[in-house]
Amino acid sequence: MVTSPSRAWLAFAVVGLSLLSILAPFIWIVGVSLKFQIDILTGAFPFEPVAVNFGRVLFGKSSDFIVYAGNSLIVGLSSTALVLLIGAPAAYSLAWRRWSKLFSALFLGWTLVFHMIPPITLVGPWYLLFREIGLYNTLTGLVLTHVVINLPLTIWLMMSAFENIPRELEEAAVVDGCRRSTAFFVILLPLALPGLIAAGLLSFLFSWSEFSIALNLTTKETYTIPVAIASYAGENEILHGQMAAASVLSTIPALILMFFGQRFILGGLTAGAVK
Amino acid sequence: MFDRHFRLITIAPAALLILSLTVVPAIELVRMAGAKIAFTNDGVERTAALAENIGRLANDWIYWRALLNTLAFVITSTLAELVLGLVLALAAQRMTRAKGMVRTLMLMPILIPPVAIGNMWRLMYNPEFGIIAHLVDQVAGVRLDMLGSTSTALLAVIIVDVWHWTPFMFLILLAGLEGLPEEVMQASHLDGANSLQRLRFIVLPMLWPAIAVAFVFRSIGAFKVFDQIYLLTSGGPGVSTEVLSLYVFKVFFQNNELGYGALLSLVTIAIVCSYLAVFRIAQRTKGAL
Repeated sequence: MVTSPSRAWLAFAVVGLSLLSILAPFIWIVGVSLKFQIDILTGAFPFEPVAVNFGRVLFGKSSDFIVYAGNSLIVGLSSTALVLLIGAPAAYSLAWRRWSKLFSALFLGWTLVFHMIPPITLVGPWYLLFREIGLYNTLTGLVLTHVVINLPLTIWLMMSAFENIPRELEEAAVVDGCRRSTAFFVILLPLALPGLIAAGLLSFLFSWSEFSIALNLTTKETYTIPVAIASYAGENEILHGQMAAASVLSTIPALILMFFGQRFILGGLTAGAVK
Repeated sequence: MFDRHFRLITIAPAALLILSLTVVPAIELVRMAGAKIAFTNDGVERTAALAENIGRLANDWIYWRALLNTLAFVITSTLAELVLGLVLALAAQRMTRAKGMVRTLMLMPILIPPVAIGNMWRLMYNPEFGIIAHLVDQVAGVRLDMLGSTSTALLAVIIVDVWHWTPFMFLILLAGLEGLPEEVMQASHLDGANSLQRLRFIVLPMLWPAIAVAFVFRSIGAFKVFDQIYLLTSGGPGVSTEVLSLYVFKVFFQNNELGYGALLSLVTIAIVCSYLAVFRIAQRTKGAL
């Protein structure tokens, strides 16, 4: 498109300014995490950066941050693996195998509604149910809830991934004597890989960030990172520096995945809305 | 055998999980809503209290205030995100270089744990050492405590949401803009349309589906808001930032009133369902016209 130079300049300024306001808070909190409490409270600037807050959060005697990071990692990885294992075949079944209109409408309609309601509304019954069957305060229970929370998005992303694959591929394979199940694993899944990666990354990131369920179904030893960070804020003497350091640390997986998987994440985030 | 039932086998685990962890709890919610639930040594004790719970809801001004706050929060932040996101997308679309980098950086707030974001802004809003209070002090000479004052707290949490989710709007609308057929743009340019006319009569109408879906996505997301507000204000001061999710949480897990909490959950779910239904009907009628 033809654009006059002054317009281009304006566009550049708008985008630049927005980027600055998006990034500034991150930079500021990194700054806070590198200060002594006294420097934070006086708003000292410039200041000499110190790693003491990170040291205390990671290796402090009374800090269980590493344990909580482990919990988050276990919950994130296993719920992601499970949701792909369960969601991808379900999406295949709904997209490729003939189900009655009523069944697929009910199934997809319910997952849509469930995706849209605040999760906190179901945490109450989960709490009662998990107490009864012994899953309360276990990572297994939390994993199950994260799987079910991420299932709708996974099913939709995978359905659109499967729908983009020409059906003749499978038909040809079946005619040649290939079993449907083999065709699914050998032909379809590899072709749907970008969708699978997108769904996996988004599921992991969501599970890593998830707060309201973990807050209510875990206690001290099964806390995940978000709950641990929030509990810093509840203490009598608020350790702003450590709180900031813990927050900075909690963003690391997101940053890593963003760096390596942004193409897939972007596709996953925008696919549903643009189509 | 495995192959003949492959259709069923592939959907069974998902169906089972959804049944046991969403359908059953939803039914349980209905059962709970008509009861008073207490924890005793033998387990859980329920006594029927449907009328009592409903009567309480009718007089529960905090719930209605939370609903009002939620609606104000949803409408204001979604509209602001939409307008800002659109302006930004239109601007970024003109960029020939560095577009990829802009997109990557814009992903950041979306992917970072909302708890960390809540923390970040809480520190920034801090009246003693927060950067926002500091800047306002420099410019206007007053120490602003945005989160601590009933008149500004809701605005403060809306600002955080706008900061958090404008990039999402931007990404969706930019993807939508880039999906528009180039020929139409060029044709309109040749026909002598200026950029405002092009925006009004071509870009916006063609972008409409993406705008509508982005709006519904974001408004539903804003309706669910919990993490940030829990961290920023916990609903305070007073009830000035109390929202539905937070109030349901408090009734359930702080007051331990599981029956009444279940009723509040059901009402909240009903609100979401009717919103979705209205949107769906609107979409259908538009298609019929």
